[in-house]
Amino acid sequence: MSGIQLDRLSKHFGSVAAVDEVTLQIQDGEFFALLGPSGCGKTTTLRMIAGLEKATAGTIKIGDRDVTTLAPRERDIAMVFQDYALYPHMNLLDNIGYPLKVRGIPRAELQQRVTEAAQSLGIDHLLNRRPAQLSGGQQQRAAVARAIVHHAQVFLFDEPLSNLDAKLRVEARGFLKHLQRQVGVTTVYVTHDQAEAMALADHIAIMEQGKVVQMGPPLEVYHRPRTTFVASFLGSPPMNLLRGQLDLAARQVRVNNAAISLEQFRGWDRLVEHAQQNVNVVMGIRPEHLTIAQHEIPQSLTGEVYAIQPLGAESLVIVQIKGEPVSVRLFTDDTPQFSGRVWLAPDLQRVFFYHPDGELIA
Amino acid sequence: MEQKPPILSWQSGALFLVPAFLFIAVFLLFPFVWIFYLSFTNQTLLGANAANPQFVGFENYARLFDFDSWLNRGQFGSALFITAQFVIGSALIGQVALGLALAIVFFRRKGILRELVYVLVIFAWIIPDVVVAFSWVAFLNRDEGTFNAILSRLGFGRPDWQLEHALLSVILFNTWRGTAFSMLLFSSALATIPPSYLETAEVAGASAFQKLRDILLPLLQGHILTDLILITLWTFNTFSIFLLTAGGPAYRTEVVSIYTYRIAFQFFDFGQGAAIAVVVMLINLALALIYLILLRRQSVYT
Ligand SMILES: Nc1ncnc2c1ncn2[C@@H]1O[C@H](COP(=O)(O)OP(=O)(O)OP(=O)(O)O)[C@@H](O)[C@H]1O
Ligand SMILES: [Mg+2]
Repeated sequence: MSGIQLDRLSKHFGSVAAVDEVTLQIQDGEFFALLGPSGCGKTTTLRMIAGLEKATAGTIKIGDRDVTTLAPRERDIAMVFQDYALYPHMNLLDNIGYPLKVRGIPRAELQQRVTEAAQSLGIDHLLNRRPAQLSGGQQQRAAVARAIVHHAQVFLFDEPLSNLDAKLRVEARGFLKHLQRQVGVTTVYVTHDQAEAMALADHIAIMEQGKVVQMGPPLEVYHRPRTTFVASFLGSPPMNLLRGQLDLAARQVRVNNAAISLEQFRGWDRLVEHAQQNVNVVMGIRPEHLTIAQHEIPQSLTGEVYAIQPLGAESLVIVQIKGEPVSVRLFTDDTPQFSGRVWLAPDLQRVFFYHPDGELIA
Repeated sequence: MEQKPPILSWQSGALFLVPAFLFIAVFLLFPFVWIFYLSFTNQTLLGANAANPQFVGFENYARLFDFDSWLNRGQFGSALFITAQFVIGSALIGQVALGLALAIVFFRRKGILRELVYVLVIFAWIIPDVVVAFSWVAFLNRDEGTFNAILSRLGFGRPDWQLEHALLSVILFNTWRGTAFSMLLFSSALATIPPSYLETAEVAGASAFQKLRDILLPLLQGHILTDLILITLWTFNTFSIFLLTAGGPAYRTEVVSIYTYRIAFQFFDFGQGAAIAVVVMLINLALALIYLILLRRQSVYT
């Protein structure tokens, strides 16, 4: 009943195009994440959906209503800000109940609904306290409680977890997703933390300089990044990107003097097409799709071990190939024992080739 | 509140306090004690009592609070009453309320109108008293004044402001003169409120009035109280009316400060003047205490 549609939505601040012709379809009830680096226009997009910023061009629809020119309070939305914006002079009951109060809901019903919302977030024992008497995590929950209390059609979150420490953040991800599934309200979530976006969202849109560069389910975007920008933004560590040259005659790609045969590569035809103009490519390979060996193996690159990082369930080996770091992810119980010269073989089914400008070729 | 260790030891701290303390002692404490002493004597500037004043007990005070003639023009009670009107009119309603209103109206607004109003208001504040007073006298003059020239053009006649609306005109004068302080104080207080507070309210559905009542005013409470203390005390003690009307006509704008001046420095009745000064000081003290208690009681939430 209340999906969100953005149609060529733009926002200019003077000569800066903070948001540049963004078109998005957000399904009713889904958890949608807007992901991108600092300054790419995520907040501005969200604020336009909220009505806090006037669109320079384009339209916004919530459900069937064109809300482009409506005031925030006519849009039936709830928003959680990065600083939570809890009122220091009100206790939690009044803070969470404020959206109900301004709607003229009687005090008794207000108290009951606030208590319900607070219960679902586990903060109902704190309703008498002022925000200053709460921990950061509790404040964050209170801000979420205030957003759910009046049953808005759309939730908007602007980096709501960025003020929490790492442990709380992971915990909060859990309850946010659980809560969103429970209430089933369309949610737009802005973050620059790719892990957060992947963990929470049904769909993510990745923004770069005011434009959406890729949109889709998180794993689809992760497994098939359409540009080197997306590839280097998703994953921790992100995809390894290596410059190389195609050799059409030998049906090979040469990367740092190593030659890797592309006999088996699925997209060879498209590479041939590209190579007619330009033999330079960028080869992308995720850290988990590299095999590492202490001895020479066929179809491999070679470099020096730079650092080994055991992380528990997995370990990272950073290898320097001609001064460029390449990460390898290993799922072993022990700390990997590699040193000196090692050989890395990419899984050719999982390799991507990009135009030097960043566009995916195959 | 967590107790932090002081930066200085108390000895060196005391050393730093000595100059300030000396200053206060010489220019504040000593005159205060002296005035207090004078208020129980019949010291005058001239005549027999100038050389050897006598102790008269509470006679000076009794004369101030002679309730038969208390509210007659030119008496202490009347001066107090006029002062109260003056303070309520030009300090509370005038400077504080108007300053708050201006600050809120122009909050997060830009544009030529805001700049113009701010410049005018601040200008009224920074020009020297004497210049301002002279130009107001000229402005309000019955026959030659600019204000009446405008009024009569518009068909309102030419009232004699200094005569018929004397108190009103000094109230307007003082409001116009001092609003800048409150306006600037409230503007900067408003600027410290995070934008997300109001935006959250806006998204939640609050009207402009609700935002003002539920968020802006409570958050400004401390600033409003502080401003009230300062403005009330300043207005209570201001003397600049003297430049405008000298307390006249017929004592109708004689506030307590002018009354004190008249008794002490025109009649040279120092004993009586000192008694007034002591009473005025007590009133000031009481006002300050009331505000400080309110300020303390006002919940601490930061
Ligand atoms: N009020 C404004 N006036 C002028 N420029 C602005 C304004 N707000 C944002 N911008 C610019 O618009 C661009 C996008 O800003 P936005 O706040 O949307 O970024 P963001 O993606 O939310 O970044 P972050 O992750 O740092 O919050 C930036 O270049 C920013 O400088
Ligand atoms: Mg932002």
